[in-house]
Amino acid sequence: MKASELSCGTGVPSGIGACESSAPAYSGISRRRFLQGSAGLSFALALGAAPSGGSAKEGAGIGAGISAWVRIDAAGVVTIYNPVAEMGQGSSTALPLIVAEEMDADWDKVAIAYSPIEPDIYGHDAIHGRMMMLTVGSFSVEAYFDRLRIAGAQVRHVLLVNAAEQLGVALASLSTTPGAVLHPASGRRLGYGEIAQHAKVPQALPEAQELRLKPVGEFRLIGKSILRRDLRGKVDGSAEFAIDVDLPGMQFGMIQRAPVAGSSPLAFNREVIAALPDISAVIPLDHGVGIVGKNLPAVMKARQQLQVEWSKDAPAEKFDSDTAFEHYASEAAKGDAPVKRVDSKGDIAAADASAAAIYRADYLNDFVYHAQMEPLNAVAALSGDVPRAELWIGSQFPSGLRAEVATLLGIDIAKVTIHARYLGGGFGRRSWHDFGLEAVQLAQQAKVPVKLVWSREDDIRNGMFRPMSLQRMEAGVDADGNITGWRHRVVGDNASIVATGAKIPFYAIPNQAIDLLEMRSGMKTKHWRSVGYAPNKFAIESFIDEIATARKEDPYQLRRKLLRDSPRALKVLDEAVDMSPYGKETAPGRALGLAFSEHQKSLTAGVVEISLVEDTARIRVHRVWLAVDAGIIVQPDNAIAQMEGAIIQGISSALLETVSVKSGAVHQSNFGDYEILRMADTPEIAIRMIASEAPPTGIGEIGLPFTGPAIANAFAALTGKRLRHMPFNSSNIKLAMLDDGGAV
Amino acid sequence: MIEFTINGQATVFKGDPETPLLWVIRDSAGLKGTKFGCGVGQCGACSVHLSGNLTRSCLIPASAAAGMSVVTIEGIEGIAGRAVQAAWIEESVPQCGYCQSGMIMAAVDLLHRNPTPTDADINRAMTNLCRCGTYGRVRAAIHRAAAAGGQAS
Repeated sequence: MKASELSCGTGVPSGIGACESSAPAYSGISRRRFLQGSAGLSFALALGAAPSGGSAKEGAGIGAGISAWVRIDAAGVVTIYNPVAEMGQGSSTALPLIVAEEMDADWDKVAIAYSPIEPDIYGHDAIHGRMMMLTVGSFSVEAYFDRLRIAGAQVRHVLLVNAAEQLGVALASLSTTPGAVLHPASGRRLGYGEIAQHAKVPQALPEAQELRLKPVGEFRLIGKSILRRDLRGKVDGSAEFAIDVDLPGMQFGMIQRAPVAGSSPLAFNREVIAALPDISAVIPLDHGVGIVGKNLPAVMKARQQLQVEWSKDAPAEKFDSDTAFEHYASEAAKGDAPVKRVDSKGDIAAADASAAAIYRADYLNDFVYHAQMEPLNAVAALSGDVPRAELWIGSQFPSGLRAEVATLLGIDIAKVTIHARYLGGGFGRRSWHDFGLEAVQLAQQAKVPVKLVWSREDDIRNGMFRPMSLQRMEAGVDADGNITGWRHRVVGDNASIVATGAKIPFYAIPNQAIDLLEMRSGMKTKHWRSVGYAPNKFAIESFIDEIATARKEDPYQLRRKLLRDSPRALKVLDEAVDMSPYGKETAPGRALGLAFSEHQKSLTAGVVEISLVEDTARIRVHRVWLAVDAGIIVQPDNAIAQMEGAIIQGISSALLETVSVKSGAVHQSNFGDYEILRMADTPEIAIRMIASEAPPTGIGEIGLPFTGPAIANAFAALTGKRLRHMPFNSSNIKLAMLDDGGAV
Repeated sequence: MIEFTINGQATVFKGDPETPLLWVIRDSAGLKGTKFGCGVGQCGACSVHLSGNLTRSCLIPASAAAGMSVVTIEGIEGIAGRAVQAAWIEESVPQCGYCQSGMIMAAVDLLHRNPTPTDADINRAMTNLCRCGTYGRVRAAIHRAAAAGGQAS
C-alpha cells in the first residue's frame, strides 16, 4: 500500500495512478494558479491537465483534475480528496460520498485520497472564521456538506458540457447514471473516464444557484448503508497509523517530560545515558530530556536510568486536586468574583425577588484523560542545509501543525510536508501540536529521521485533561411552579473549554445569568469529546430533575414544559421516552433516568437503566435508549456507531474516570489505575435517529453529554440520593449514600 | 540468538533477549498490525497467538518465544480467522481501528476454544480495551462468526 493512499473502491483496478497515489493532487497546475481560481468560488477551480483545453492524453493515468476535489482517469477511476482526519468517526468516507452523490459517480470506482494540507482550498471556516484543516467539534459533515455537494454538481456539469460537445448534441438532451453520461434519444453512453480523457474545464464553473442539486429523495449514496472505506484495513492489520511508519535510517525517540507541567530540566546524567548501548543522542529540551536510539526498547531501558533535577517554580506545583473544589467553591461565593458572562436573559434580579422558592446545588467534575488507544507519536525527517521537513502523523489539525513546524525550523511553510495517517483515537487530544513538534526537535538534534513515541505512562502523566470544574446552580420558581430564574456559575480552568455547553438555548426560562469564573491551576487542559458539554449537562440535567423531585413533578413533564418553544427538541424528548420504558415500567432493583442535551445544532434525549451493586458500591448500566436529531444523516450505520461509542465513553467517564493531582503531578500512570469501561460492563444500546431533511449537524459528540446526568437521575430514582460529583465511583457513591439528601 | 516462527516464517532475532516480543514483531519482523497500547498487558492491543495461546506480546520477552510459533493479525488463517474478519466487516466493528487487531486475535482464540460462546463467555474472554466503544459490535460479530459455524462468508 502506497503511503498516500487512503482506500480504493472495490471495483478500482490496481495499478492505476489515481488509486495508488495522491501526491500530485493537481499535477501540472501551479499552486498560485490554483489559489487564484478559488476567488469567489466555494471551492477552488483547477484547470485540466492541459489548460489550453487540448488533450490530456499524454498524462494517461495522471487524469484530468476537474476540480480541487476530484480527478478522473481514463479508466474512469474517480479520485476524491478527503480533507479531514480519520479517527474512527467515518468522515473520510462521508465527505467523498457527498461529492460522489452529486457528481453521480460510480461508488465502486471511487478512490479516496488525502487532500494536500492546503487550508485555503481544503479547509473550512466553521470554527474560527478563517480557513483551517481542523477536524474537531463534530463539524466535518456540517462544515463541508454544501460545498461538497456544489463541488460534485460542478464536476457533473463539466462532464455533461464536455459530453455534449463530444457527442455533438444539446446539453439538455443528456442525463447521468452512476459513472456515465447518457444520451437517451440515441442510446449512446459515455463513461466519465472517456469524457475526462479529452475534457476541457471551463474558466468559470457554474455558481451554486445555477446548479441543480439533488432533492433528498433522489439520494442513492447519502443516507444509505455504505461500507466505510477504512474498515478492511482495520480488520487485516494493514491500516497504517503514524506509529507504523518506518523510514530508512530512522531511529526511535522518547522524552522524559517534567512530572509537573511547566517545569524544566536543570541537570541530568547525560554522560551515563549517552554511553548506554544503542543510544545515539541525549537531547535537552525546555520541558524534558529526549533520548534517541537505534531501537525503542533500548531507548525505554536507557530512560529508566535517566536522572533529572527539575525546576520547582511551575505554578502547578501549588495545585492539589483534593483541595481544589473547596477553593473553587469559596471563589465562586465571592460577590466580586471576576466572572465572564456566558449567557444572559431577562432580569435575573427581578426573578430572584419574585421567586416563591429558590433551589441551589453544586456539581463537581474531576479531570478526565483522553485514553486514545494509540499513544501519541510522530515520525519526522529533515533534509538539506535549508531543511525540508516531513512529518508522518495522526493529527486533527494538520494545517496548524504545518505552520508551527515551519516556525519552529525558521523555514518557509512550502518546505514542510505533512503526511496524514489514521489516528488511533483523537477525542480532542490530537488537535494540539506538541507531539509533532517534539518529533521534529528530536530529528533536528539527532540528525536522523526519528519516530517519537509516548509510552502510556507519558500519555497519562503528561496528559492534557478535560478540566476539573465546579458548577454552581441556582433556580427560582414562581408561585405557579414555573422556573423563572436560572443562575449557573462554571468554575474551572480554561475559558475556551470549561463553559461550553453551559447555555440552555432550548429551555424556556425567561431570566438567566450564566457565567464563568476562570481558575488557573497550571495544569494542561484540552478539549475532550464534547468538551464542556458533559460536565455542564451533568449539572443542568441533574438540577432539572432535582427541582422536579422537590416539587413532586414528573421530570419528563417538567422538561416538556421547558422545551415548549422547540418542536424539534420536544420530538427528541418524546421519542426517547416512547422508545424506552421510562415512566411505564421498572424492573425490580433497577431504575431509569432521563436527560436531554443539545450539542451545538444536534439534539438528543436519552434514558438509562441502572442498578447498584451494593457491596462494592458500583453502578451498573444495563440498557440505554437514545433519540437523536442531527438533520440529514449521511451514513446512518456510522452515525449509530458514533452514538454507541459516545455512550460507552460517556458511561466510562461518568462511572470510572478520574485524574488526581498532587503538587502538580498526576497520580495515575496506566490502565491499571486509570480504568476505562470494558466489554463486561457494556449495556444494551438502542438508537433512534430521527428522520430529517434539515442540513446535517454533528454526530461525533452528541451521544455523550446525556450519560452522566441520566445515570445520576436514575440513581436518585433508585436510592433517593443525589450524585453530585462525577465520576460516580464507589467512593463518591458511598459519600452520596451518607448524604441526608436535602440538597435543594 | 532466538529462533522461532512468525506466521509460519522462520525468524531469527539477534537483539537483546529481554526485548518484549511486541517490538520484535513490529520492528524486527516489520509486522505492524500488532499494536502498542499500554506496555503492561492491560489493553490487549498487542495480542498474538503464541504456539496456540492468546498472549499479550508486550509482556513476553523475546527469549520466551524461542522454538515457538507466533501468529499475528497478518497471519490468522483458517476458517475461524476468516469468519471473524468477515463478521467484523458485516457488523462494521472498527472505528479508529487501533485496538481491533488485538480484539480479533482474542475473538479467534475464543472461537477456537468455544465455537458457540454465550454473552457471559464473551465478557470473560474479551478483556481488551476499546476507547471508541465498539464492544457491542464486537459481541455481535463474535456471535455472527459463531453462527456462521466457522464458515467465512
